[in-house]
Amino acid sequence: MENLHRSKVMEIRNLSITFRTSVGQVHAIRGVDLDMHQGETVAIVGESGSGKSVTMKAAMGILANNGQVDSGTIQYTYHRDNGEIKTVDILQMKKKELRRHINGKRIAMIFQDPMTSLDPTMTIGKQIIEGMLWHKRATRQEAWGKAIRLLEEVGIADPDKRMKNYPHHLSGGMRQRVVIAIALACDPDLLICDEPTTALDVTIQAKILELIQRIQKERNICVVYITHDLGVVAKIADYVNVMYAGRIIEKGTVDEIFFDPRHPYTWGLLSAMPDMDMSNERLYAIPGSPPNLLHSFEGDAFAPRNPFALNIDKRLEPPMFKVSDTHYAATWLLDPRAPKVEMPEVLKNRIRIMLEGGSYHAES
Amino acid sequence: MQNHEPLLKVKNLRQHFVTSGHYTVKAVDGVDFVIYPGETYGLVGESGSGKSTIGRSLIRLYKPTGGQIEFNGMDISGKMDRVTTGRLRVEMQMIFQDPMACLNPRKKVGEIIAQGLDIHHLYTSKSERKEKVSEMLRKVGLAPEHSDRYPHQFSGGQRQRVGIARALIMNPKLVIADECISALDVSIQAQVVNLMQSLQAETGTTYLFIAHDLSMVKYISNRIGVMHMGHLVETGTTEEIFSYPVHPYTKSLLSAIPRPNPKSERLRVAQSYDYKEQGVDYSKGLQHHLGGSHLVLATDEELVKWV
Repeated sequence: MENLHRSKVMEIRNLSITFRTSVGQVHAIRGVDLDMHQGETVAIVGESGSGKSVTMKAAMGILANNGQVDSGTIQYTYHRDNGEIKTVDILQMKKKELRRHINGKRIAMIFQDPMTSLDPTMTIGKQIIEGMLWHKRATRQEAWGKAIRLLEEVGIADPDKRMKNYPHHLSGGMRQRVVIAIALACDPDLLICDEPTTALDVTIQAKILELIQRIQKERNICVVYITHDLGVVAKIADYVNVMYAGRIIEKGTVDEIFFDPRHPYTWGLLSAMPDMDMSNERLYAIPGSPPNLLHSFEGDAFAPRNPFALNIDKRLEPPMFKVSDTHYAATWLLDPRAPKVEMPEVLKNRIRIMLEGGSYHAES
Repeated sequence: MQNHEPLLKVKNLRQHFVTSGHYTVKAVDGVDFVIYPGETYGLVGESGSGKSTIGRSLIRLYKPTGGQIEFNGMDISGKMDRVTTGRLRVEMQMIFQDPMACLNPRKKVGEIIAQGLDIHHLYTSKSERKEKVSEMLRKVGLAPEHSDRYPHQFSGGQRQRVGIARALIMNPKLVIADECISALDVSIQAQVVNLMQSLQAETGTTYLFIAHDLSMVKYISNRIGVMHMGHLVETGTTEEIFSYPVHPYTKSLLSAIPRPNPKSERLRVAQSYDYKEQGVDYSKGLQHHLGGSHLVLATDEELVKWV
């Protein structure tokens, strides 16, 4: 995982996005910084409405029409067809250019619901080769052959026959495999997965996750994984970004986030998940509900739900405090002047058990 | 708990849906289980396994194709007379999956909650009705003032609380919770589950908890039934199912749960289970008793192989 020569694929800086709605301006994203490197899996975790999908949609240039970028840059670095390295700002690009050079070709996305992301009137073979014909100028025969190899790669039996099937012939898990095959058709170097397993059963979810993991390793591409499920994050991520109310409030390597979380919201998220090893104590629940981003607020967005909130949280939004070179958290508790606050006892115990008895899971 | 007479006895329940002249979907095909008073029985399985259908057959949203359901001493599987129907509608309640869709958007929350009371004439005066609604709202963590609001003025978690209030105001013996937390955010799920547990401690209600999220089911249930393809393949206490799973489907389900532990999670590979490949035919299997309340559906040879 440690890679000295990490080559950066995408760099998002100070991104802010507002949506105009009939009830007013919604500040969906409020200053997001995010880095993606080749060969790494970055997870973005958060509740619905925290802005995780919007961030990545902006990165792909497919923001909804009522969305407006207030500030920020999205620098995307890629190899042109002639091998030259080029860096562009996605936000400055014209829609036509994006469609031609970036979308589907270099950045591909897998959506949540495989039922709605496939065209019901086209055979899956046609849908897979569509991108190759357009972006790569491949001949039909080449594309067809590659499509069959892709279907094999994503684990579909009898790919020759399946090419002529329509989406409704396939089960949910198979459909999601086809969607993954379509995304991989043009050999993208950035793959964005927006909750690709939420609509699927646990057993199928595990298979799809293993598939994405394998593809990421084999092709050495960057995968961004958007999810609200910390179990999924633990399985696939190298780096984790926790989002709350349009900001990244904690980022770090997966071990840092799970074994040494610093932000009270991350504590809450981790303890709110029922653990298979713990006996039936009461589940910790984060009180209240996420803020409505229609209204502006002073101070930390999480303060009203935070049992550890300090006075300053109500007045001033905390900056990112550095914990280690890779680990940052936006909470005043990390300020040297703040009182010493430890994470809840329950969570401490759980982390201790995880660190000691990790082997229990491996055998089961 | 186990010494009591069961609250609900289900015997060989079958629920078939005729989709066309020559095709019948056997959503539930011969299921037996019992639920004891005061416990939480979790029903898990993949989508299409028939777990929700069982819930809906029990509360008689469907007419069962065959089998017996005995609830609180009443037979509720065949044609029911008016008295039985009335009692069933009071004593068994349901909480639905989607808190957006299950509340009438044109009614105030107070009216939604009191609707059952109105229909079954469970109050003597207007003030008693109001008192009951306010008390229930307080119990589920909302304020009595909320009764004058409409469902769209609430967040998802609050709406699910209204759904719970509506079910529990009837003082039911059994509450069927059909995926009642799946549509909620992680931090809100814990709130709702805690609420359901504290209400159970207070009122002694029995829950049938239907879900696909095994870690939550483990947390909340005393006993668990695992469904697959319309059959109950394994049932037992939470301990028995999670520590000594026997059926390969149960094992594959358990191995697929993502756990919030990066150390072990990265290396773990989920077991797969394909009943066709392994040649398992559920209709041939018999329920084998493995001690305690642990039952598994298998033929004799399969049992030897799996144990």
